[in-house]
Amino acid sequence: MMYAVTALAILVTMVLTIYRAIQGPTVYDRILATNVFGTLTVALIAIHGFMNGRPEFLDLALVYALINFIGTIAVSKYVEFSHMGRPSGGDELGDI
Amino acid sequence: MEMLLDAASWAFLIVGSAMLMIGGIGMVRLPDMFTRMHGAGIIDTLGACSILIGLMFQAGLTIVSIKLVLVVVFIIFTSPTATHALARAALNGGVRPRVETPPEDAPASGAGGEPSKI
Amino acid sequence: MAFMAVIGFAVARLRNLFSVVMLTGIFSLTSAVLYVVLDAVDVAFTEASVGAGIATVLMLGTLALTSSEEKTSSNHPIRALLLVMITGAALIYGTLDMPPYGDPTAPINSHVVPRYLAESLTATGVPNVVTAVLASYRGYDTLGETFVIFTAACGVLLIIGRPQRGRRRAHRNADWDMEHGVRKHVILRVVSKLLAPLILLFALYVQWHGDFGPGGGFQAGVILGSAFILYAIIFDVDLARAVVPPRVTRFFLSLGVLIYAGTGMAGLALGRNFLNYSPLAHEPAHGQELGIMLVEIGVGMTVAAAMITIFFTYASQER
Repeated sequence: MMYAVTALAILVTMVLTIYRAIQGPTVYDRILATNVFGTLTVALIAIHGFMNGRPEFLDLALVYALINFIGTIAVSKYVEFSHMGRPSGGDELGDI
Repeated sequence: MEMLLDAASWAFLIVGSAMLMIGGIGMVRLPDMFTRMHGAGIIDTLGACSILIGLMFQAGLTIVSIKLVLVVVFIIFTSPTATHALARAALNGGVRPRVETPPEDAPASGAGGEPSKI
Repeated sequence: MAFMAVIGFAVARLRNLFSVVMLTGIFSLTSAVLYVVLDAVDVAFTEASVGAGIATVLMLGTLALTSSEEKTSSNHPIRALLLVMITGAALIYGTLDMPPYGDPTAPINSHVVPRYLAESLTATGVPNVVTAVLASYRGYDTLGETFVIFTAACGVLLIIGRPQRGRRRAHRNADWDMEHGVRKHVILRVVSKLLAPLILLFALYVQWHGDFGPGGGFQAGVILGSAFILYAIIFDVDLARAVVPPRVTRFFLSLGVLIYAGTGMAGLALGRNFLNYSPLAHEPAHGQELGIMLVEIGVGMTVAAAMITIFFTYASQER
């Protein structure tokens, strides 16, 4: 029962986040919304695993968190520098 | 003992859900990109981590709890880092936080810049 | 599913390609959640790692090389709409004939599924039915998939790879960096250095745990590749290339496929069919276990090397 309440809260927040993702005037709003959506997905998977009594879903949650992180970093770097191979600042060659 | 664990679990889950909704409303209604990061921070740490800690009470002292601890630690480490990278990208990209005071005192670019992380 | 419809609509309508890439990422996450709800954990695992993460990153790499706005479409939207509607109608008409979802009397549920579910543990010794089906019962398909990944990496190398030119800058090492560089990005660097070994460890865990829970070769390969991609994004891709030089990735790319096909040929050479793992050990079930383990290793190697190759090739392009 408590899982259902939490799952509902997660779904509602997901709707709010998607609204921000579609609406967001700058591109950074959209990146932020995608990151938050990823964390919400992690929580949703954990709740769903517990609801159905199959806690081996947690490996999946860990992978989501990882991929979410890497994706957000990659996108931030792309937007900042327009390329993804150069160093993230810190030297005089190729830093904006 | 069972009831104590259940009550603690309930408490964390309810707190977590409430924080999620508050953060979600924040993401929609706050005026500026940097202030919306506060909403995102609340969702990530207070919301998702509370929920996962609440689930930990349900699982007891098994391998499942250890995996939940790993997920919580991972989120706590990486979610602020990702938002930090995003804020840096936004600042370098020219987005300026909206301040009401005239800019002769230096615009508080740290005011909305760092999401509040515990 | 309503989420997916809304997101799909938004993806098709938005012009700015970057927003499209972001929304595609959310779309992948939503479909992965759908798979979780349908109780298909391994598929959700793969969708999460490949669709939501790596595909977004690679599409961004492509965006870095092309323009950022979609060109205006052709002048015949009516024709396109008609074509899509006819195709959609044909597809729906084809599915009307299929048994309802989850129908217990459907042909697949009454013949194939009970056999797999009943026999797979005793026949292959692997508790995870999905891995058993993927690697043993339908091993030929998986061999094809691995070859597809291999071909994709080769294609990328052929089209936009270029021979390793001389180093554009002086040989850098970490000490020089820390002393001379402006320490602006110290948070990202420290966190990624902290996380990279843990990610590699997790990849190994997922690889070997595929026999008992969700996991297996594909997912482990993607996670392994993503550790190196993280390093390459935050530090320099040239530094990452020094860690994993092209000959190493080429070697592992081919070695993985070779292991897979080689295991199949071993089955052939020892007297049975191609990709029959039974004769590999003194007893058929152990042979199956050994064969499944070997092919999963092969798949993991190829997938990891392909991810690394494709990303490094994209990221090494001059703008």
